[in-house]
Amino acid sequence: MARIVTERELTPITKLFVVEAPLIARNAQPGQFVMIRVNEYGERVPVTITDFDRREGTITIVVQNVGKTTAMICAQRAGDSFLDFVGPLGRPAPLPDEGHVALIGGGFGAGAIYTIARELRHRGARVSAIVGAQTRDLLILQDEVSSLSDAYFPCTDDGSFGYCGFVTGQLQELLAAGVGFTACFSIGPVAMMRAVAETTRPYGLKTISSLDPIMVDGTGMCGACRVTIDGQLRFACVDGPFFDAHKVDFAELVVRSKTYVDEQETAARLAGAAWAR
Amino acid sequence: MPIIRPTKTKMPVRPSEARRTNWEEVALGYTSAQAMAEALRCLQCQDPVCELGCPVNVPIREFIADIAAGDFAAAARAMKRRNLLPAICGRVCPQENQCELLCVVNGKQQAVAIGNLERFAADWEAAQGIAPAAAAPAKRPQKIAVIGSGPSGLTAACDLALLGYGVTVFEALHALGGVLRYGIPEFRLPKAILEEDIERLQAMGVEFQTNVVVGKTVTIDQLLEEMGYSAIFIGTGAGTPKFLGVPGENLKGVYSANEFLTRVNLMHARDFPRFDTPVHRGSGVAVIGAGDTAMDAVRTAIRLGAKEAHIVYRRTEQEMGAREEEYHHAQEEGAVFDWLTQPVGFVGGEDGWVRGMRCIRMELGAADESGRRRPVPVDGSEFVLPVDTVVVALGTNPNPLVPQTTAGLATNAHGCVVADEETGATTREGLYAGGDIVTGAATVILAMGAGRKAAAAIHAYLQEKSPAATEAARLQGLPAGQAGVD
Repeated sequence: MARIVTERELTPITKLFVVEAPLIARNAQPGQFVMIRVNEYGERVPVTITDFDRREGTITIVVQNVGKTTAMICAQRAGDSFLDFVGPLGRPAPLPDEGHVALIGGGFGAGAIYTIARELRHRGARVSAIVGAQTRDLLILQDEVSSLSDAYFPCTDDGSFGYCGFVTGQLQELLAAGVGFTACFSIGPVAMMRAVAETTRPYGLKTISSLDPIMVDGTGMCGACRVTIDGQLRFACVDGPFFDAHKVDFAELVVRSKTYVDEQETAARLAGAAWAR
Repeated sequence: MPIIRPTKTKMPVRPSEARRTNWEEVALGYTSAQAMAEALRCLQCQDPVCELGCPVNVPIREFIADIAAGDFAAAARAMKRRNLLPAICGRVCPQENQCELLCVVNGKQQAVAIGNLERFAADWEAAQGIAPAAAAPAKRPQKIAVIGSGPSGLTAACDLALLGYGVTVFEALHALGGVLRYGIPEFRLPKAILEEDIERLQAMGVEFQTNVVVGKTVTIDQLLEEMGYSAIFIGTGAGTPKFLGVPGENLKGVYSANEFLTRVNLMHARDFPRFDTPVHRGSGVAVIGAGDTAMDAVRTAIRLGAKEAHIVYRRTEQEMGAREEEYHHAQEEGAVFDWLTQPVGFVGGEDGWVRGMRCIRMELGAADESGRRRPVPVDGSEFVLPVDTVVVALGTNPNPLVPQTTAGLATNAHGCVVADEETGATTREGLYAGGDIVTGAATVILAMGAGRKAAAAIHAYLQEKSPAATEAARLQGLPAGQAGVD
């Protein structure tokens, strides 16, 4: 059991939780994830660690409500506990010690880049954060991420704040203007990470994505999270989640991520109001 | 001299038609009369060679004599001197390759059904609600960490607790038992039995911590240097599954056996949507491989409603790894066996779901290094088996998490932890290992045997390391020798 210390609604569909998990906080590194199971009937789902505090013994996560399980997570309140909260899993982000890093975050990913930005700054690299959302109200953790970035580029699909368009449009502009990025990290929806990879490919910019395939155990046992990297079989939970975005078979990842769309709909429909507080 | 029946007393089983649609245990267990009749087939050899075939040396002759005499409590006590998990072993051990293989009756007649008798005595005792063995009265000062709550870890934990050590078992998953939990289905090993055995260990003072991934949540170094553990047993078992490496293997509907079984067993996908984890209920299912895990997978697919469920294996019935009992049960339940058939690729629909498995027929050629005749493809024999679910049951690699994060712990070319066969000692002082993490995918009882040997070696190591603590323990009446030794 892991007790929720504080909760914060970031948008109507996104929540931040600070969770008591001293052992995990102690060994966590930027880019790792936890597996969460809300109750005894629940799935095990991977959630990226947004932040960790070794002294307080807490882990911070940001969860976007996109289905039954994430809705159940978002329905939790401070003082509640997650039945199972396991980690830190995966390999830490392979961060450089210098240079100028473009850090791309979309949706929940705008939260997930927080601890990576902090670590990059700590190591002495320059950070340009490019974060995207559909509209201004859905942009998350702006103050936190911008305070850790040398440059901060918010993007909204509807132009209600910052750059009007996708993060890739903003990234393309910066690349074309000759901003000397030495690496790019992207975390967010698969479609975004795929588009980022295509944007940086012509520039030969080293680009790393944090892959988020379906997982069951998350500890290197079941093989559900297998991905194809440069034609090779890899397991996102133990070999990843960070891979060279120019070598990822994103088309396969997109298809495999939709394996259970019918079951997800069934689960969400049957759950109805039961999980919605 | 009693008149000995030439055949084993048949294990009563649930009718195959009934079991195709439910998850209840298939083998029902002997009645008292059946058990006594079977026990009377034992010759009570002067030199019970069957016991040499048991990796944990259960006193087979003695417990069978007790059953024959109708003293079932004594039989259970005798077994438990050497094996704290007989209800599990009686169900999942490959006795025909171990104790029963060496039974002297074997040959002209069928061997004594040692496994069935072991299960009978264990179940009989459980049904009486007999109190668990009391924990050792006093404790030694040293604490030992056991990594993984599968068969090797449970056995090591049990032996070390009996010796008076404080034992903490760390489990990565949310439920205990390792492969006994996520891998072996309910119809072969009811989880209630596993839970009873774990409760008995808890009553002995063994502490269990779930959701701790050693190598990640805590490292081996932290356990040794900061958390006060004097020695560690590594029983982390299976890691990533092996795949064929042929085109289309990542289509939707292609599972590893670990994933398929974990969804159904650990995550209860068979009760979706009451439980949230789904599994595809295939209509045409192909399971690749012919070991026990493949049989578990094909029988699981049948229970999930498959219209046709195939075992596809490149060799023949003679070479398959599965136990005969599991093979027969799968046959009875309607599994189709495609021998001498090698999958060479998968065909998908536009939606990315697997629709067919491209196969080629094989024939047996000359013997290979393993002594088995090597299958070679038959030219022009390619065909497509229509399927919507595939389960790849070709074994697993060892779990990489502990070796990845532990300095001084050597692994071999396959990623298995290097450990002494007799003691489980690894290349680093104080670290012992056993089970699949050392041997690669093997059996439950071999893992138990390794857990037992390692527990004895850990005890010897700690006695040598700390004579003062050992003397203090002796004065408190704790055993000086190896746990479980008569």
